[in-house]
Amino acid sequence: MLLNQFLLLSAVLFCIGVYGVLARKNGVLVLMSIELILNAVNINLVAFGALTADVGGEVFALFTIAVAAAEVGIGLAIVLLIYRNRRSIDFSEINLMKG
Amino acid sequence: MSLLFALAESDSVPTDSTVAQTANWFLENAWLVPLLPALSFLGILFFGKRMRYKGAELGIGAVAVSLVLAVCAGIAWLGHLDDGGYYAVQSSTQWLQSGGFEFGAGVLVDGLSVMMLLVVTIVSLLVHVYSTDYVGDDKRYTHFFAFLSLFTSAMLFFVLSDNILQMIVGWELVGVCSFVLIGHWWEEKPNSDAALKAFLTNRVGDVGLIIGVVILFFAAGGGETFDTIKINEAIVQGEVGHTALVVASVCLMAAVMSKSGQFILHTWLPDAMAGPTPVSALIHAATMVVAGVFMIARLYPVFFEGMQIGGSSINLMATVGAVTLVFGGLLAFVQDDIKKVLAYSTVSQLGYMVMALGVGAWTAAVFHLFTHAFFKANLFLGSGSVAHAVHSFDMKRDMGGMRKFMPKTYVTFIIGSLALAGLFPLAGFWSKDEILVGTGGWGLFGGSGANGAYTFHLVMGMFGAALTAAYMTRCVYLTFHGEYRGGHAHDSHAHDHAHEGHAGHHGDPHESGPRILVPLYILSGLAIVAGFANFPPGFQLVPDSWTERFGHYVEPAGSSYFPKIAHATPSWSLAVAASLVALLGAAVAVRYYFVKVDRLSKATDESLTGLPDGLSTTNGAAGAGHRVLVNKYYLDHLYEGVIVRFTKGPLARAAYWTNQNVIDRTVDATGETAVKLGRGIYDVVDQAVIDGIVDGSGRVSDATGEELRHINSGKVQNYAAILFAMAAVLAGAFLIIFAL
Repeated sequence: MLLNQFLLLSAVLFCIGVYGVLARKNGVLVLMSIELILNAVNINLVAFGALTADVGGEVFALFTIAVAAAEVGIGLAIVLLIYRNRRSIDFSEINLMKG
Repeated sequence: MSLLFALAESDSVPTDSTVAQTANWFLENAWLVPLLPALSFLGILFFGKRMRYKGAELGIGAVAVSLVLAVCAGIAWLGHLDDGGYYAVQSSTQWLQSGGFEFGAGVLVDGLSVMMLLVVTIVSLLVHVYSTDYVGDDKRYTHFFAFLSLFTSAMLFFVLSDNILQMIVGWELVGVCSFVLIGHWWEEKPNSDAALKAFLTNRVGDVGLIIGVVILFFAAGGGETFDTIKINEAIVQGEVGHTALVVASVCLMAAVMSKSGQFILHTWLPDAMAGPTPVSALIHAATMVVAGVFMIARLYPVFFEGMQIGGSSINLMATVGAVTLVFGGLLAFVQDDIKKVLAYSTVSQLGYMVMALGVGAWTAAVFHLFTHAFFKANLFLGSGSVAHAVHSFDMKRDMGGMRKFMPKTYVTFIIGSLALAGLFPLAGFWSKDEILVGTGGWGLFGGSGANGAYTFHLVMGMFGAALTAAYMTRCVYLTFHGEYRGGHAHDSHAHDHAHEGHAGHHGDPHESGPRILVPLYILSGLAIVAGFANFPPGFQLVPDSWTERFGHYVEPAGSSYFPKIAHATPSWSLAVAASLVALLGAAVAVRYYFVKVDRLSKATDESLTGLPDGLSTTNGAAGAGHRVLVNKYYLDHLYEGVIVRFTKGPLARAAYWTNQNVIDRTVDATGETAVKLGRGIYDVVDQAVIDGIVDGSGRVSDATGEELRHINSGKVQNYAAILFAMAAVLAGAFLIIFAL
């Protein structure tokens, strides 16, 4: 079983995703990076599911995909509204909630 | 034949299951019948607007194929039964699996469901054809046909259900479709109100349905199966406790009362007339309202045991039916709207069916459902034909003398009315007579063999027969006789574009087109002959092999899932007496309308709709009765005025008073004590000790907050960084705790 390889791939994917979320300014790219993180988790779930021969891992991965679809829907709607209001989707410029 | 019947009846119910897995192709594949209209629904919805006839051709085609399949299934069923006895054909598959429990879905084909398939598809096909003319210029024409298809499909799905869970699905689908179709012209407030009312009233009963199904699942299904046949078999074999069945049957009865318009939950049914007339015909004849009756027939062991029908003389179901049939019939007298007359007539006829099931006359009830479907559809479509010509449903204001303008509609309407009134030898006569026979309360007419002695119900049934004949006479007179009273509202509506060919007749109503008349012809033909399907046993005018065909093929007597019920032997004297009572009812109405009112109309040269010095205006008691009827027994007032206003008014005020005087005073008293106590403590504890601490902590928080403020930058990515950092810290802690 090539579990290690899957976990490494997932860790790499996760790190790329975290980097994207933290460093990118473009809202859409941030959303895409979040997808990377979620899919890193999915790979883990499926890999462990296959290791333990339990279908639960795959089922959870499917749940994650479904929830991720909804999340992206909302996220894109927010980005769209921000763009309409500010003519920009640069996240570093948005700090209305500053304390 | 009668010897055979005697033999069959002396046998007890078989203990081995009488379910076949293999049978004729048409019986095994009966699921195609509901599937086709369902597909046509989707097809019309998505592609209807682009079709040549805006989707109507798809709906008609699908239902026509369904009808052919249903007819084939019917013929196959006759052969199936003659070859091997009453073996229901069940083919099911797994619907879903959850928590180790399998939910099945499938079709159960036996005489009852095959009969329903035929009725639903015939009426639905004719309604489809009729609608192409009737709503021809409607702006939501395609949408209308889509839901007509779905409605048909839902009802077919319901009657084929092989488990009670699937039945709920069909039941609710029918309810939803009726909601959509009743509210088809939702732009006008009364229509959407009526749709809502129908939907909500049905919800009341659905609570009972769900409770009843759950009880049956645990009590009769052993917590393992929803299968209709298994549940029925368990009850027939006496494996189920009586109390559970009483509760289950009463709960299911609530569902029947709302769906099949039984008295006190019938109020939605007349309001449902707000929908287009073809929908009314479909709702009242073949779908929706007969769903309740069908459910009793399908789950008959539950009711037979639960209501203790055998050997009794009164029970809840029979009494609800008896009360409904008389009260509905009385209400039909005071309606000015022709469709409302027919609606209350439906309420009354459904009362007959429920009463028949309540007294154990299963075949009579189902047979009445069968015949009623044809003549009631005939009457509704006939009223629609008239309304199509005069653009109104008001008999007193806009109709009268219509027989001169619409002779063909007139003839079909008369046939339907006579069938409804139960005149020999039309369809209604046979089924109504069987119901009366089945009550068994007729020792005085020399009959025997019924399940109990329901004398009260026989009397109500007879009275109802007289009422039926009388209100239909009134309806026919007001609509078709006398002089035409309409015409004043015509200039605004001008004419339908569908009738442009008749441009010369502006102002006068005229006969409808062939797409309206042909369904009427077919239905009135069926209203004449449908009754011949079930001649009573021992009927001397026909050979023995012709009698009781319907009962033989439809009633699951001799199957493992049907209780052993007795079959009453009819008598001529009861048939004659019932016919005389109906004729008497008609005669009174004829004397009032066709003689007195007609004469006065001619004398005053006006087209009158009643006598100015009639009984209800001169006699106080009769006037009061009339007022009660006009106000529909004040039931709507009860629901809206009393229950709703009581909740809004006195109940709310009482709650407010309790709030102010009890709860508030307690709170106030507590508060005052607390204040005194607090005043004392304030100076000592609060100011000195606690305030010190609070102020101190406040100052600390303030200082930390000032520092931490910088974290709250408002930038989403900073938050994300903190989130990930914390997650990393947690992961590290996790690692340290568990790995070391």
